[in-house]
Amino acid sequence: MGQTKQIKVHDKGVRGLSLAGHVGFDSLPDQLVNKSICQGFCFNILCIGETGIGKSTLMDTLFNTNFENFESSHFEPQVKLRAQTYDLQESNVRLRLTVVNTVGFGDQMNKQESYQPVVDYIDRQFESYLQEELKIKRSLHNYHDSRVHACLYFISPSGHSLKSLDLVTMKKLDSKLPPVNIIIQVNIIPVIAKADTISKTELHKFKIKIMSELVSNGVQIYQFPLDDETVAKVNTTMNGHLPFAVVGSTEEVSVGNKMVKARQYPWGVVQVENENHCDFVKLREMLICVNMEDLREQTHTRHYELYRRCKLEEMGFKDTDPECKPVSLQQTYEAKRQEFLVELQKREDEMRQMFVQRVKEKESELKEAERELQSRFEQLKRLHAEEKAALEEKKRLLEDDQSSFSKRRAAAQLLQAQSLTANGKKDKDRKKVGSFLKQVSS
Amino acid sequence: MSEAVVPDAMASPAVGGLYGEKAGGPMVDFSYVGIDAILEQMRRKAMKQGFELNIMVVGQSGLGKSTLMNTLFKSKVSRKSVLAMAQEKIPKTIEIKSISHDIEEKGVRMKLTVIDTPGFGDQINNENCWQPIMKFINDQYEAYLQEEININRKKRIPDSRVHCCIYFIPPTGHCLRPLDVEFMRRLSKVVNIVPVIAKADTLTLEERDFFKKKIREELRANGIDVYPQKEFDEDAEDRMINEKIREMIPFAVVGSDQEYQVNGRRLLGRKTKWGTIEVENIAHCEFAYLRDLLIRTHMQNIKDITSSIHYEMYRVRRLNENNTHANGIPEHHLAAHEM
Repeated sequence: MGQTKQIKVHDKGVRGLSLAGHVGFDSLPDQLVNKSICQGFCFNILCIGETGIGKSTLMDTLFNTNFENFESSHFEPQVKLRAQTYDLQESNVRLRLTVVNTVGFGDQMNKQESYQPVVDYIDRQFESYLQEELKIKRSLHNYHDSRVHACLYFISPSGHSLKSLDLVTMKKLDSKLPPVNIIIQVNIIPVIAKADTISKTELHKFKIKIMSELVSNGVQIYQFPLDDETVAKVNTTMNGHLPFAVVGSTEEVSVGNKMVKARQYPWGVVQVENENHCDFVKLREMLICVNMEDLREQTHTRHYELYRRCKLEEMGFKDTDPECKPVSLQQTYEAKRQEFLVELQKREDEMRQMFVQRVKEKESELKEAERELQSRFEQLKRLHAEEKAALEEKKRLLEDDQSSFSKRRAAAQLLQAQSLTANGKKDKDRKKVGSFLKQVSS
Repeated sequence: MSEAVVPDAMASPAVGGLYGEKAGGPMVDFSYVGIDAILEQMRRKAMKQGFELNIMVVGQSGLGKSTLMNTLFKSKVSRKSVLAMAQEKIPKTIEIKSISHDIEEKGVRMKLTVIDTPGFGDQINNENCWQPIMKFINDQYEAYLQEEININRKKRIPDSRVHCCIYFIPPTGHCLRPLDVEFMRRLSKVVNIVPVIAKADTLTLEERDFFKKKIREELRANGIDVYPQKEFDEDAEDRMINEKIREMIPFAVVGSDQEYQVNGRRLLGRKTKWGTIEVENIAHCEFAYLRDLLIRTHMQNIKDITSSIHYEMYRVRRLNENNTHANGIPEHHLAAHEM
């Protein structure tokens, strides 16, 4: 009836106490589980691998259902990610599963930027969760968590080693994201796809080669957790079998008197769920049955926290100000907001000043043009007046000439008339007249 | 770019496939995917982490608060004053005393914190006696908020928020006093209040029923929403269960930490000349209902309402009031006790 164990002291200043009877709070984990059942669970898997390597088939086989898939073409110009969400249910557990596939991965001629859409996607999911968390009115428990919990990386069964595309992509999934220093991390689980094309001995060597290449390139893959004793043993064994060599199939073949999921070849039948044939069962065990919660937890408490820390630091928030006094996020936010408002005001003033300046300039330009126009007008007027004066002068001269001519003609006519009356003096006068006429006519 | 596609007929391929048999043909060895193993994983994780619970007890001295806590948790979580009666002083102001213990039952570890409020309602002038308590509750929310908005924050933020406040109503048999109404009205907005009728062994069953009905009417008339709150019922099933509880509150409780021999069994009870009151007998008092509500069935729900509703409301208020500050950096403890 009573618990009389001695309890260790867990926190400083917190005593352990022994209970004298059954209180009943041992139902607390059940209450918690019941609440989770009502809420439902959420799990997001990102599958990275070349087109045709068997990602969709493996997902179908893992979850024993037929997700809507369509074969992608090999001619995608860029890598795209397609996310599909499904609601699955098993006994009383509802799971909202999101499978994200990379479309066109490894198909381009130039694969340098292939990893970028993948990393961007992971970044976006972390960011939207962070935004929800930072909202004032938020509803975190209703929020559909779309952060990537597990990233299955499909390795081609070449039998030799990892391709450089594989190494580059996996390294990028666990590194700083330029141009800003935000660290993106996910739980990476590499799998060898289409493992029925490799023989057992080749497979063993291949696995060793892959693991050593990952280690030497500093790629951190997800290690199954060893801290809980109930699962530590099985997890340790499984850690030694990484990467899992899987075969996927949704077709059934009759073997013996049972129908099993398998691939039928002329030389035999590869049974998906036969542990001698491939590691599919191990993958399912580890991914779903044993460590799903741990994957979610690691994503939330390690990868997301790291992202959050980097992102907030990059935005300029710090926990302590230059004098090392603790500064709250709000203080920093307020200070930044003030800065921003001041900056805004300054910019506004600047713009206003610039505007006034421009107006002035334009005004003076216009004035200048006006003046110029005015002077030209004056000038023309003057010329005009001058010409007019000149013309007047000429006219006057002409009139003078005309009047003198008419005067002279009048005089000549008079003389002629006089010469006719006084003939005696003809010769003299004739001479006079003659010369006079000559004078007049010249 | 990625598109999210949620198929409308979500049930069709998935549900049948996981357990069912194919129509016709040989028996299919449909393998079990193992999604429901996550429940076990969650349970393991919860057991490893342990739980936290913070209960506050509020009521005048002598109503049996400490005894009730000890009875609830079957151990000496509240130490009654060890001073002799003559030296015992009623505090001049309300103090807030918080004591934590680690308890364990069947592998489930819990850090239980009992927050006592000696001096409440004991002064001659009890105006504003809720203020220190309000301040304490808001301070706990504030501490959690500060921790949550840190850049480098702890893996598990220590939860010191008051999950539940047990309010002790003296067994007058008539109705609620103005102090009770005022206190519950203000505090039901920030914390889950569970009112109980203390020392219920002074009431007969009829008096008890009358008293309870009166209290319920007064609570309703004053718009006081005690736990379980009507507005937080999630679905019909919840509502049904909670309605039954709402018809029974406040629970009439008797506390005791001494065992007596009754009918050959050792039971917790109070021995008097006219009989022995068995604490855990529902014919005698409603202690068992209170215990079941608080601990065995609704503990997680109480914690959830605290964290997702009361705390969120506090957070919204707090972040909004900072935004309305036009200049300068606002003080942290600006309105903590003004609410």
